[in-house]
Amino acid sequence: MKIAVAIDGSENALRAARHAITLAQHFPGAQLEIIYVADYNKAKDERLLAQSEESLLLKRQRKIDPVLELAHHAGVKAKTALLKGDPSQEIIKFVNEEAMDQLVIGSRGLNAFQEMVLGSVSHKVMKHVNCPVTVVK
Amino acid sequence: MHTLKQQWFGNVRADILAGIVVGLALIPEALAFAFIVGVDPRVALYASFTIAVITSFVGGRPGLISAATGAMALVLVNLMADHGLQYVLAATVLTGVIQLILGGLGVANLMRFIPNSVMLGFVNALGIMIFITQLPYLKGSNAMTYLFAIATLVLVYVVPRFFTAIPAPLIAIVVMTGIALLSGVSLQTIGDLGKMPSSLPTFFLPDIPLNLETLKIIFPYSLALSIVGLLESLLTSQVLDDMTDTPSDKNKEARGQGIANFITGFFGGMAGCALIGQSIINMKSGGRGRLSTFTAGVFLMFLIIVLGDVVVKIPMPVLAGVMIMVAMTTFNWSSFKFLKQAPKTESVVMLITVAIILYTHNLAIGVVIGVVLSSLFFVANISRVTVTRNEGIYKIKGPLFFASTTKFIQSFSDVKEKEIVIDFEDSQLWDESSVGAIIKVKQKLEEEGVRVTIRGLNSSSEQLYEKLL
Repeated sequence: MKIAVAIDGSENALRAARHAITLAQHFPGAQLEIIYVADYNKAKDERLLAQSEESLLLKRQRKIDPVLELAHHAGVKAKTALLKGDPSQEIIKFVNEEAMDQLVIGSRGLNAFQEMVLGSVSHKVMKHVNCPVTVVK
Repeated sequence: MHTLKQQWFGNVRADILAGIVVGLALIPEALAFAFIVGVDPRVALYASFTIAVITSFVGGRPGLISAATGAMALVLVNLMADHGLQYVLAATVLTGVIQLILGGLGVANLMRFIPNSVMLGFVNALGIMIFITQLPYLKGSNAMTYLFAIATLVLVYVVPRFFTAIPAPLIAIVVMTGIALLSGVSLQTIGDLGKMPSSLPTFFLPDIPLNLETLKIIFPYSLALSIVGLLESLLTSQVLDDMTDTPSDKNKEARGQGIANFITGFFGGMAGCALIGQSIINMKSGGRGRLSTFTAGVFLMFLIIVLGDVVVKIPMPVLAGVMIMVAMTTFNWSSFKFLKQAPKTESVVMLITVAIILYTHNLAIGVVIGVVLSSLFFVANISRVTVTRNEGIYKIKGPLFFASTTKFIQSFSDVKEKEIVIDFEDSQLWDESSVGAIIKVKQKLEEEGVRVTIRGLNSSSEQLYEKLL
């Protein structure tokens, strides 16, 4: 059983991670895959806001670490995948290529207008992955 | 590092497609930058062509897109206004020479010394300045001008939500130009700025007197162009390194920028550098190799030669709308969050960099002062030395060097004990001043009859102490 959870360092991503970990606890030998995508659209701003290449790496790692820790405490085996590109596309590609059995993803809870302007990652991902998806609100 | 063959032909299909997209994306801005400097559109279009093509061969970061840019255009405004095009071209050639030399000396290694607060100040001031350049044009215009500028802005922001294959600014330009032509409204057009190129650029020497007087005029501009160009090019290289998880040779990039500017000046083009926006478009479109940059340059030139007659009909307010978008994307909106979260000194450096650039209208001066200021803050910050005393044991915390010795010496002005120990376990001696300060304290105390023992020096401090004693 390979369970993937897509996170972005936000509060609802952490809720999704908690759910994914609970899920993993119910399957003996389940493997949790924590996916974080560094968004190409934010590449410039992220680089400018970081002191150096190394501090940028640390900033990203810090978004993954709380989830890793949660998994560790719950006794769930976890791995991380730090990807780069368009978040929805990268998540879809990873989940399909690595043949995940289940994807858990947080929803920002945008309204119709925000969704039109910002685009919903969970919405796009849901349509194109080949495994069951749980969207955590 | 990939082999040269891989850098060129490792990603052919995606590189050519991405290059075409980037070629399209370069046109609106090249035209608008020409407008900023007040030169014929040809000067910017030729520059974008030659710089892109040359850097595709000699640049250090495959996939980086260099062309005429807003940052360089802003530096050139005054030179153009005061002395004319020939001096702009000569300054471009000299910029190339300076960048080539700096690249040869390893200037890219100095990027480490430019803190991100200064870089933030740089891009923010750049965004504000590009915005300001559009104001005189919009001020006092008729309603139709505003309408076209606003409609363009709406299009560039809304279109990408539904369609991303073709760059939104280009779609906006095509649509708005079409509307203008069909409705027959009278607006200023690109054609009013000058002629469009109908042939490839040709070689000629800038028509300037070759004397010291000329050098005096162009050198300050060339130096500023060199700094601004390298800064933006190396920043863009860093962003692409991060996006692709591949390293790049920054000094080679610096030399490549130099070669490109040097040659461009002789082909009637203005100085340029890397474009962050277009480079990111290239990455997002799948461009990775040198072929993408090459294709972008060649396709740009092809389009201009073929479509020159149509391009002259583009209304100016549409270009102004595109430039306002460029200004908005150049500005780093997370800076407001940065101001709240970052240490005070970093916020101050950022704000002062912006203020100086806006006051002097010179990006290079702002950056240089920003770097000096942040270095001073760094020294001040690191020179904090604390001395805690406990039953005759004086514990020193913090590095001891020329900037921190005064505080260290003052801490021993009222010693009451007959015998003291100075503990350097949490400290480090850096220079002559630190050893001198210890000796001074020791001598003064011993004169007062206090016995002083030094302990806890780490090995490098110990060595320095022994050597200088």
